[in-house]
This record gives sequence, structure tokens and C-alpha cells, in this order.
Amino acid sequence: MTTYHHRRTFLGMVGAAWLTPVAAQLARAAEKAKREPATSIIVLWMDGGPSQLETFDPHPGTRIAAGGTAIDTAVKGVQLGKGLERLAEQMADVSLVRSVVSKEGDHERGTYTMKTGFRPDPTVVHPSIGAVCCHELAAAGTDIPRHVSIFPGQWPARGGYLGDKYDAFRMDDPAGPVPDTQSFLPKPRDEKRLQSLEVVEGAFARGRGGRAENTLHKHTLSAARTMMSSEQLKAFDVSQEPLAVRRKFGDTPFGRGCLAARRLIEVGVRCVEVTLSGWDTHVNNHELVAKQLAILDPAFAALLADLKERKLLDKTVVMCGGEFGRTPIVNPAGGRDHWPGGFSVAVAGGGIKGGQVVGATDPDGKKEPTEPAKVADLHATMLAAVGIDHAKVNHTPIGRTVKYADDGTPIRGLLADRG
Amino acid sequence: MIWAKNLLFVAVIGGGVFTLGLNLIPPAKPTVLTEYHSPAPSNLPVEAVNQAFRKQWEDEGVTPVEPAPDLIVARRLALGLMGTVPSLEEIRQFEILPADQRIDWWLDHLFADQRFADYFGERLARAYVGTEDGPFILYRRRRFVSWLSEQVAANKPYDTLVRELIAGDGLWTDHPGTNFISVTSRPEMKNQPDPVRLAGRVTRAFLGMRLDCAQCHNHPFAAWKQTDFEGLSAFFGRTDIGFGGVHDGKTGEYEVETKAKDGTRVVDPKVPYAPELLPHTGTRRQQLAAWVTHKQNPFFARAVVNRVWALMHGRPLFEPVDNLDPSADVPPALDILANDFVAHGHDLRRLIRTIAKTQVFQLDSASDRQVGETEEKAWAVFPLTRLRPEQVSGSVLQAASVATVNAESHILLRLMRYGQQNEFVKRYGDTGEDEFEGRGGTIPQRLLLMNGEMVRERIKENPLNASSRIAWLAKDDPRAVEAAYLAVLSRRPTSVEREHFEKLLADPSVKRTQRLEDLYWALVNSTEFSWNH
Repeated sequence: MTTYHHRRTFLGMVGAAWLTPVAAQLARAAEKAKREPATSIIVLWMDGGPSQLETFDPHPGTRIAAGGTAIDTAVKGVQLGKGLERLAEQMADVSLVRSVVSKEGDHERGTYTMKTGFRPDPTVVHPSIGAVCCHELAAAGTDIPRHVSIFPGQWPARGGYLGDKYDAFRMDDPAGPVPDTQSFLPKPRDEKRLQSLEVVEGAFARGRGGRAENTLHKHTLSAARTMMSSEQLKAFDVSQEPLAVRRKFGDTPFGRGCLAARRLIEVGVRCVEVTLSGWDTHVNNHELVAKQLAILDPAFAALLADLKERKLLDKTVVMCGGEFGRTPIVNPAGGRDHWPGGFSVAVAGGGIKGGQVVGATDPDGKKEPTEPAKVADLHATMLAAVGIDHAKVNHTPIGRTVKYADDGTPIRGLLADRG
Repeated sequence: MIWAKNLLFVAVIGGGVFTLGLNLIPPAKPTVLTEYHSPAPSNLPVEAVNQAFRKQWEDEGVTPVEPAPDLIVARRLALGLMGTVPSLEEIRQFEILPADQRIDWWLDHLFADQRFADYFGERLARAYVGTEDGPFILYRRRRFVSWLSEQVAANKPYDTLVRELIAGDGLWTDHPGTNFISVTSRPEMKNQPDPVRLAGRVTRAFLGMRLDCAQCHNHPFAAWKQTDFEGLSAFFGRTDIGFGGVHDGKTGEYEVETKAKDGTRVVDPKVPYAPELLPHTGTRRQQLAAWVTHKQNPFFARAVVNRVWALMHGRPLFEPVDNLDPSADVPPALDILANDFVAHGHDLRRLIRTIAKTQVFQLDSASDRQVGETEEKAWAVFPLTRLRPEQVSGSVLQAASVATVNAESHILLRLMRYGQQNEFVKRYGDTGEDEFEGRGGTIPQRLLLMNGEMVRERIKENPLNASSRIAWLAKDDPRAVEAAYLAVLSRRPTSVEREHFEKLLADPSVKRTQRLEDLYWALVNSTEFSWNH
């Protein structure tokens, strides 16, 4: 009891003194729940803009379904598109936001919006959510980059105004080596090279002293050397997992990416983005989506199950979505076109309540969705889950003030024990 | 027939091998290969700029450092104007000239080089349209960039160039300047250009102002109002894209949404200041273009001077590069250069030459005295700034070759260079539109230079690579070390460095070519290589 009182007094004092009201509220909510905020985010990035109708928001039997069917899930009354059978089993841990509304229908601009929570703005480049996490959360003793993008694609997560040191570290299929981390030289020769480098650095520092030091070049180089010899590099190496585990994720590049994401989170990486491209289904939508689901379903489901088994799901927010959804009406080529006006995102873990559905799209594909969620609301929700104040004001290099999640607010009912 | 064809084939291959072979042989005895006959520019305002800075230093009690060695000045110019270090071949030519002719010769040499036009074209493109891919069908970024390069190569007066961008008509494919307009079109807007984004681009790129903040609210520290921004946008209210490309209609009004549901109101074109400079004839875009580039519109010349200064120094004279606050004091040097630019036909090369010859540009970045932030801020010491990804990759490729890698290099070399450079820049992390981001480098960048494929390929034992050629052809170790230093860092080694590397090269336990490779590795991974100084 004493402890309880102490904490309360302390929090009240601190809240009144300098915490912003939102953070104070969060702190109070956290106290009530007695749970720590999550520490990592995994973004399963569905590049190209996945159709909501064949994935997280089926409308079976309607005209807009165009023959698509749905399956029941572990949560009564919540259906998923056919092909997500394994994810359906995990539904008690997953929530769906079916009413995401964005204003950007172009791939590049839509990607920017979904990854940063802001529309593109010519006067500032916003950081992706992973960069925000790395900037705000403690480093946790990692020697490897804390922000990783597996299959970076054209527009990987960026540090924006927080600086390019927060850019995601880009790598391809974890079946291959981590790029540029091996010198391929015998140790004595490698060491001699470093000695030589010291000599050259010494000459440059002469007459430049602190200014040469301020470039942080040597500092960054030594961090890179630490990474090269770090045991944590093995986190990228999925071949160290038992075959049975690898099979669960699926023998696909994306499956390996998801498995690597889990391994990276375990060693303290803050944010991993794993991209599955191929969702831009302007032609033959149903057929193409079915192929995508065969890759996504085992990987996504295995990732959640695996995290849960290792008691990491509570500490890890998992988000799955793309830059926009697709038109309710199927076009003459059997495809669906870009549709930012009501699409779906799945969220799980990190204290986010499972089995919830937020908003609903019109079964006729005409009216706007109910309970619309702005992209910024989605970001505010995820940031709240990792304990970051989404309304915190930052200063860009040109002195502009920007919040982390625009004018968003956490989506009601998604944050467990937080009202 | 078959015989003739075979013969032709053999001749083509043979010819290729022969030219490649010629490339392998480094110039044995350097002579000045090119003489330039551009009229000696007179009355450059170099002294006026120098005096302005001297006065500032005196007022602030700051003492400038000594001048930099002229090879280092040449390196700065090569990096700033064409994105690479000078080649060993060019350095040899530079050094046989009398000291007082070197910088002018070097500038003539750079201006005549396609690499200058290409590099500068890309820099201008980033300021004008950024790096986004834009609308797929209506925008051709590469056409736009190569068109800008052609304008730079022809030294088109800058005001004419800008008028063509703002007011040009036609298709983005055969009038590539119109990509400036068409890049803003979006499917949600029925593929029509966006007046709001255009107004933002025009003010930022050509007037060095971030009026676009006033798009949503009144500017926090400048005098701009939201209505100023709307008035500017209205100049693009009649611009549309049709079968004939970008075009201005004779009628039509620009409307903005009001807070009332479905409400709109008409906005008339209006410039935010100096309305007397606006002509009464021409299309709305022509009127705006004339106003922007008017000789008495002070922001136009200041903006470009500030940008060119930044490209050459790695840091703008007035920060940030595109936010010339009208209420703040403008550095006197900015106005001296801007006035000269307007008075002499908006000549970019004259501007570059003037800046290159100022005391400030030629100052050292090191000093025996204690210098720090105060001196850097006052331009009393040359700033240390991070090189752009293209500059780093261009420098790796150039440093790895004895001969100059330029438009005259063998096609195979150029293709290889192009492919490698793109891959490198992608991994290094393009800074995009933010051209003058000063913060330190990243871990992936260091990994890429230490272990990356391009560096490994370019420094390893290979008859095309400078490390091998120097190993074979340098008469002795001291000369080999010196050649490597000149090729990579554009300077000679200090006595400590000389001693260290001569010892390294004398080590019999490692192959000589490998020892040279290790020397190259150390130089390429140094702070000095990745920073402008």
C-alpha cells in the first residue's frame, strides 16, 4: 500500500510540474493498468496498396465483393478474407481498423503519409514512426542499427528532420549476408589498415582539432566497426532458427523477413519494417491478392504466435497495412484501383486490445466509412502504445514546430486498459 | 558478305580494345592539353566582397586564417561544380601552369566539361522540383534534368531560364521546361496542375522564401499573410494540361474553398510586394515570370547567389538556403554579388568565378591558431561540410582512375561508372531535396566505404585501377605514396604520413599491389575524403 501511495503522489507531482496533460493522462492510465509501454514496433508494409475487401474488410455476397468470400475467425462476428485462415486463428490478439482515411492516392505520397503520419509537405520532411521510436526510446545496448528495413523498396522509412542517422538500415533477404559488414581480409591486414587510417586522421586533425572531431566521422566509423564484430549481427541470420520455426513462417523472402524481425526485436532493435510488394492490383485483383495472401498469412500468423510464445507480444506493436486501399468497384480488367477513402489496417500487440474492429465501410462502396480514422490517429495510437507523447512538439532544423502525429488522437477503445 | 561483316566485327572489337589500352597508359610527361580562350573577365566584384568580409571581421574582432593551398581550392571547385575530386591527370596539368593562372584555367576547364553541366543541372532540378518521381505520365524528370544541363552548358542567362520554367507552354516531352508545371498535377485534381504547390515552388526556388508556410496560416516571423499566398497561386489559376501540353486559358478564375460547406470565393492574382514591377500584358504566368525575374525584384538574384554560394562552400551565406527572411539583415556580400549578377546579364559563370576568387572561398580550413565556431560563423575559416552521396561516389570513381573520367572517357568506363554510382548513391542514402544538411554521416555510409563492393572493386588489383597502375608505374615508393595522395586527397602527404606509408610499401610480406590497395583504403575512409574542407 505504501508503495502505491508513493507512486501516486510522485506521479501527481511530476504531472503537475512538467508533464503535458496527455502524457500525464497516459501515465495515470499506465499506473492504473500497471503495465509498461511497449518497446518496439514491427511494420509489415504491404507495398502497392492492398485491397481491403479481400483482406481485412470482406463484404461477402455484395456487389463490391465481386465474388470474393470470407472466413470466420476466432473472434465471433469478425470475418477476414479467404486465404487468411491462420491469421484468423490469432484474431483474439489482432484488431482491425477498417475506416482509415487518407488524402493521398499516389503511391509515393501515400507511402509518405502512412509511414510518417503526415501528408508530404514541401517545407519539411517528417520522420517515419520507427525513426521517432529510435529518437525517443532508450538505446538498450544495441550495437546494430535500431531501425531496420527489410526489402526497403523505393521509399524505405526515413529519419526526416530527425536526421539521416535515424534512416532505416536497409537489407534484402535475410537468407543472404548483412550488406557491407564483412571486410573479407585476414585480421592482421585489416588491423594494419586501421592503423594507417589513424595516421591520415592525425594529419587532418592538425589545425582543425575540435572541428574535425565535431564531424563525428571517426565516431561513426568506430560504431560501424563495433557493429561488424557484434554478436547481435546474428539476429539477421534466420538459418540459426530450427527448421520447424522457419517452416511456420513460410519459405518465402517475406517469411524470412518476419522471422528476422522477431530476432531483431529480441536483441533490442526498436523498429523493423518488412515489405511485401505486389499489391498494386489494377488487373486481376482476386488472383493476385490470393497469391499475396499465401505469403502473408503464414508469416503474419507465425510472427504473432512466436512473439506471444516468447512473451514479446506485449512489448511489440505489430502493424500491417499499405499506402491506401483499393476501389470497391472492380474495373473492366478485373482489377481494383487506388482508394484512400476508407481502407484497413491490422494492429496487434504492445498493449493494443485484440479482437476489436474500428469503423465500417459501406457495403455498397458509396458512403464514407463510419468512425473514420485519420492516418495521424493511427500513428497517435501506436505512439501511445510505446509510451511516446504524440503531441510532443519538435523543432525542425529550420525552427518550425511539428508534432509527432499531426492533429491525431489515439483511436478510442484500442489501447487496453486506457479508457 | 559474311567476310565483310566478320571483318567489321573484328575491327570494332579491336578498336575498342585499342582505345581501352590507350586509357591504360598514364600521361608520361604532362603538358597543358587544353588552352581556353574565354575573354579574361574584368571588373569582377571580388575586392568589394573581400572588403565586406574584412569589415565584418574587424567589427567582430575575428582574424581570418591563412589561404589554402591552391590544389585544395581546385578540389573544392571540382567537388562543388562537378561532384568529384580532380584527377591525377588534371592535377599534373594544373601544376605546370604559373600560380597566378591556375584558378582561372581550372574554372575554364570545369565550365567546358559536361560533368559541370550535368552536376549543376541536377542541383537546379532539386531546387525546382525536388526528387519525387511525380505523376507517371505527365512528368519526365530525366528529360527535365537533361534540359537543365543543356541550359547550363549553353550558359543561358538565368532570368531567361526561369521565365521559361514559369511561363513555358507545350508538352513536357518536347518542351522539357514545362515539367516544372506538370510535376504538380495529381489524379485527384483531374490531372491538372496544382496552383498552390506551384506558388510554393516558385517562391522557394526562385525567390528563396518559404511562403508556403502561409498556405495554411500567417507566417510566424515574416510579414507574409495567407492572402499573399492565395494571390500568388491565382497566377496559375488559368493553367491547364491538355493534348498540347501545358497551356494558359484566356479566361477562368482561381477559386479557393471557404469554411462554409461547399463555399468558394474568387481570388485575384496579386503579388505579395512590389506590385509596380508586374507588367499588364501577357498571360498570367508570363506576368508572374516577368515580376519574379525583374531586375528590381531583389529576392530573385539573392536567392540564386545564396544557392550557388552554398553549392560551392557546402553552406549558404544566409541560412536556410531558401528562407531569405525579408525582415532580417542580408549579409553585405550577398547583395554585392546579387547586384553584379543582375548588372551583368544574370551570368551564372561570372557569379561562380567571382565567388571562386574571393578571399573567403580560398581560405584554409585549418589553422595553427585555435579556431572554432566563431570563426566558422564569420567565414574567417573555410567550413567543414559533409559531401553529398554523388560527390563521394564520384570521388571514389575518379580517385580510382589515373586518367580523368569524363564525357570523353571510353564508353565502357562511363557505363560502368554510371551503374556503380547509382547503386552506391542508393545505399549511401540520398539526402534528397535537402542539399545542405550539415549533420554527421551514418553507420551504413561508413560500412559502405569500408567494405562496400564499389570501393572494393575500385581499389583492388586491376589494370584499370589507379592503385595497380601506381604500383606498377611509380618509379619508387615515395612517388607511389605521393601519387596516391594526390589522386585521392588532392594533396601531398605530410612527413609523418610519408614515413608511415613508405614503410608500409616496403613490407615484403604482402604483394605490392595489395599494399597500394591498403593505402587507398585508408585514404578513402578518412574524414578528409568524405568532407569538404
